[in-house]
Amino acid sequence: MAQLWAVVDGNPLTWLTLTLVVYQAAHWVWRRGRMNPLLNPVLLSIATLSAILTLGGVDYARYFSGAQLIHFLLGPATVALAIPLYRQLGQIMRSAGALAAGLLCGSVAAILASLGIGWALGASPQTIMSMAPKSVTSPIAMGVAEQIGGLPSLTAVLVILTGITGAVGGAWLLDRLRVKDERARGVAIGTASHGIGTARALQMGEVTGAFSGLAMGLNGVATALLTPIIVKWLFG
Amino acid sequence: MGILASITVLLVCQLIGETIAKIFALPVPGPVIGMMLLFTGLLIRRGLPADLDKTANFLLSHLSLLFIPAGTGVVVYAKLIADEWLPISTALVFGTAFTIAVTGLTMSFLLRRRGKS
Repeated sequence: MAQLWAVVDGNPLTWLTLTLVVYQAAHWVWRRGRMNPLLNPVLLSIATLSAILTLGGVDYARYFSGAQLIHFLLGPATVALAIPLYRQLGQIMRSAGALAAGLLCGSVAAILASLGIGWALGASPQTIMSMAPKSVTSPIAMGVAEQIGGLPSLTAVLVILTGITGAVGGAWLLDRLRVKDERARGVAIGTASHGIGTARALQMGEVTGAFSGLAMGLNGVATALLTPIIVKWLFG
Repeated sequence: MGILASITVLLVCQLIGETIAKIFALPVPGPVIGMMLLFTGLLIRRGLPADLDKTANFLLSHLSLLFIPAGTGVVVYAKLIADEWLPISTALVFGTAFTIAVTGLTMSFLLRRRGKS
């Protein structure tokens, strides 16, 4: 038995397969639960896999050696976001002004809220700086965190958690605020919760998804430029 | 254009994007530059090849899955997050809600105002 486990555990394919199985199971649970946002498949999958790794005493690096094949596809998938963008080109051009204004306000709001809440509730300076760029896609957020004195790998985790928060609660909140326009909903979700929010927005509809993908890219650029300026201005 | 050619196009765009990002030390990730390149390419070509559309659709319909390996990295920081759980969870929930509210309300207000005029 122990020998069998050693063979299975040592094979990277185990972790790749496990990730696929857990994700599909989580997706099934989410659909069965009438797509209840609290049963979000990303949230369920990460919780399940974390529990398995912790209970099984499996090192994250070993898990990632297998699961990185899935991780690798994030690059081409990001490039593929050009397609919904291209299909919605007309809609985007028509609302460019409102989009730019909403995006800019949202970008600043995200940075200020992270810094303000972290500072007010006594987080360590390193944690505050790691939180500041958490609304944007991980490669940008990690670069920004490094530049302002955060911990890039912690930022990567916070980015994912922010994405899940937006994917889980975004639509609910926008309903409460009576934001019904699909374009505004997409930009709000993409600005606040990058790719994970965009994955959810794509399920809501192509317009929402295209605007979310665009907002995610643009907010990445805005956050990279604005965060160091805001941090310097606030903390000297 | 076949499926294989479509995947190649996506990877070529990503590769060029990553190379540009590195050479010019841009703060934008390579794949995001790759997205802009592909978008520009489609504009110039004036049309979307059916297989590229199909391939992109397949990748994007499972976009959530692709975040799971990185997200599971939360196990590495479980202790740090537990130590500072209050500011972290508050910033996650209220910071994200605030951002969504500000962005959504600003944009829908401007869209509605323009719709009326």
